[in-house]
Amino acid sequence: MKNRLKVLRAERDWTQAQLATELQVSRQTINAIEKGKFDPSLPLAFKAARLFGLAIEDIFQDD
Amino acid sequence: MQEQDTRDNDWEANNKQNTLRLAWWTAAWVITMAIANFGAHFLWKANSALTLAAILVNLAVGVGMIMANRRHLKGLDEMQQKIQLEAMALSLGVGLIGGLAYSNLDVTNLIAFDAEISHLVILMALTYMVGIATGVRRYR
Repeated sequence: MKNRLKVLRAERDWTQAQLATELQVSRQTINAIEKGKFDPSLPLAFKAARLFGLAIEDIFQDD
Repeated sequence: MQEQDTRDNDWEANNKQNTLRLAWWTAAWVITMAIANFGAHFLWKANSALTLAAILVNLAVGVGMIMANRRHLKGLDEMQQKIQLEAMALSLGVGLIGGLAYSNLDVTNLIAFDAEISHLVILMALTYMVGIATGVRRYR
């Protein structure tokens, strides 16, 4: 699954650690999601969407 | 944002607290295990009542350690939980298959020494550590 997490984070000038804190996950998990190595659960995807004020499909796209 | 930071930093703080709590329970379990094992030989000279009491205390502390481990696992995020699940599945599988094969070697006298339970514990612990290291590397 592809995602725009890294771009959205960069637009807000947030570090991985800051985003991790916002989403209540570890920095390693944010890194793995950004690299496409780990697909987040639906609740975590919703949380990210709420945080960025976007729809889930605006952040995460199927390959 | 600051309020959010404070709330979310509580999540990290809780995780650290859960890890520390698990470490204390594990240390207590190891100590009570040593007392139950060696106490009969070195401390109370084979008094059955004291030996039974030491084993019961070890069991009770073991239950506490299990609960602390459960709390620790539930506090992790979803990727960390997945890494733990895969490592524990590997450890359980290798422990079960390897342990029974090892037992068969002993029962059929294909090995000259007794198959000790401690060997199985060491095998499972090493497999678990390899599983954790592999998982962490996979998602890096």
